[in-house]
Amino acid sequence: MVRFIAYRLLGMLIVLLVIAAITYIVFYLLPTNPARLSCGKPCTPENLQRVKEFMGYDSPWYAQFWDFLRGIVFGRTYGSGADAIVCPGPCFGYSFRLNDTVTNLILTRFPVTASIAVGAAVVWLLFGVAGGVIAALKRGTAIDRGVMGVAIAGVSAPSYLVGLLAILLFGFTLGWLPTGGYVPFTQNPLEWFTHLILPWCTLAFISGAIYARLTRGQMIEAMGEDYIRTARAKGLRESTVVFRHGLRNALIPVVTIFGLDLGALLGGAVISEKIFSMQGLGALLLDAVASLDLPVVVGFTIFSAFLIVFANFVVDLIYGVLDPRVKVRT
Amino acid sequence: MTTTLEAEEVSGRKTGFRQVVAHVRADRWASASAIVIIVFAVAALFAPVLTLITGQNPYTYHLNALNDSGAPVGFGGGISATHWFGVEPLTGRDLFSIVLYGARTSLGVGISATILAVAVGVLVGLTAGFIGGWYDRIVSRVIDVMFGFPSLVFMISLTAIVAATFPRPVLIVLVIGFFGWPAVARVVRGQTLSLRERNFVTASTAMGAGSWHVLIRQLLPNVSATIIVYTTILIPSMIGIEAALSFLGVGVPPPTPSWGRSIGDAIAWVQTDPFYLVFPGGALFLITLAFNGLGDGLRDALDPRSRGSRARTSRTGRSRSSRARMRGARS
Repeated sequence: MVRFIAYRLLGMLIVLLVIAAITYIVFYLLPTNPARLSCGKPCTPENLQRVKEFMGYDSPWYAQFWDFLRGIVFGRTYGSGADAIVCPGPCFGYSFRLNDTVTNLILTRFPVTASIAVGAAVVWLLFGVAGGVIAALKRGTAIDRGVMGVAIAGVSAPSYLVGLLAILLFGFTLGWLPTGGYVPFTQNPLEWFTHLILPWCTLAFISGAIYARLTRGQMIEAMGEDYIRTARAKGLRESTVVFRHGLRNALIPVVTIFGLDLGALLGGAVISEKIFSMQGLGALLLDAVASLDLPVVVGFTIFSAFLIVFANFVVDLIYGVLDPRVKVRT
Repeated sequence: MTTTLEAEEVSGRKTGFRQVVAHVRADRWASASAIVIIVFAVAALFAPVLTLITGQNPYTYHLNALNDSGAPVGFGGGISATHWFGVEPLTGRDLFSIVLYGARTSLGVGISATILAVAVGVLVGLTAGFIGGWYDRIVSRVIDVMFGFPSLVFMISLTAIVAATFPRPVLIVLVIGFFGWPAVARVVRGQTLSLRERNFVTASTAMGAGSWHVLIRQLLPNVSATIIVYTTILIPSMIGIEAALSFLGVGVPPPTPSWGRSIGDAIAWVQTDPFYLVFPGGALFLITLAFNGLGDGLRDALDPRSRGSRARTSRTGRSRSSRARMRGARS
């Protein structure tokens, strides 16, 4: 198991390094004037001068990239003397426009996005898997068709359409729920909850649909396998057969996409944040793009890549628990 | 000899073109979906002709159709004999024309990006599976890296640095298509790996066929079923990503009509003029639903699952990758 984890960790590091390099090259070396872009909009002459000095223009690109990588681990100092800006590690860059480190910017926005993502993930996993299992066990009946009908609608509907219709219905027409905005949990847990119900349900509807379809397919297949017949022949209870033998095997691909989905969502629920006017990571990115704040864009891209790769790593570990064959193979 | 073997392969699977059409026609949902797609395609192609009926275009402002606050006058966002879907708030542009021309944007970008993704994916997947060795290892690692990329974040970010002079629709097609190929490549590679060991490939090689012949004439026809299903499933997700980017304000630039941008603009009007949301939103939902419905039907008709040992690779590959495509763009 230790070797398995070490091997995966190494693979994760390499993938991250490659992604960081590509991102760095694309964003800092391709534009004709990265200093101008890093300065942000509006770009004051003083800021531009600072950016030029801090970027270390005279050093070659690999030296710049090395400084950037070192910064992610150890932190770095921009400039020197009285003007120097200290960016403690992990330093993903410094926004000259917002006068703050990218790490700080990400950390202040992260609770918003995490609240949306984790809550939604719980709801969609529960409903999606339950729907899929029920549809599979009642295959061919009206229940199956009903669940799958809802699922294909969920798969085809864009989240912003569902979200806007939900706001229109539950927010404006019925007045049951707030139409947008975010209230920190520490400030008012109840308000936090009510503000998040719509985003959770919207995301859960569209993502849960995919999980229901996937679970159903996997479940039908798993229940047709020989080991299910063996389990039944042993005289096990039907619930044990379904959950311990059927579902456990059917869940493996579900776990894969769940990890990736959650990882991606934590890196910015860009669309949901826009619909429900929440100032999370996605909003940070959109602002940075609109104001050409390059350090935020680059730092953010690498940060969200890290989340996805890390989620992949966790999924691999869970595999080891769900499917003992994985351990044997390595 | 070769042809007999090939024919046997095809007839054994019952995936000939005619059988597929028969299967889809027998499937109510799939045929309804196909009809919807055809209607949309025709509407997109003949958008200039269709808008001639009402004498409208998606660019002319009709400020007289609006009240003082910029909201359309009349029922359903200003629905009338001349403005079938009403008008756009603030500008009074004809919504019917906007939705029609928006179909051009959506289908044009969606289909072009899919063609790009499928072409690259099939080429890479076939060669990786067939050649194997270090080339295959590199390709597999590249695919891993691609899946680790936060694609939506990267797409949004790219729009910030690419020069404004570069035509946006082309940029969007390139970027979306670029993130689409790994999904296709992974599945095609998996199928090629198992096909490579089959007797008909060995026979073909033994008879002196070159690699190129084996790739194009022996392997490609056998993965074509998967490619067709994949293409059908990829198109709606590509359309969805274009709409999502436009919704976020980083897609095709105005005044080119785009459903996504209209929906994004509709946020501010959802309470006063919900019809502004309903028409472009409904169009986007319908076309996505239709492609998904047809994709499901085609998959049933060409199901790779029913084909023995190859099923395993393609199945896990599909569940992983088709989702990977959709991931960020739906959040």
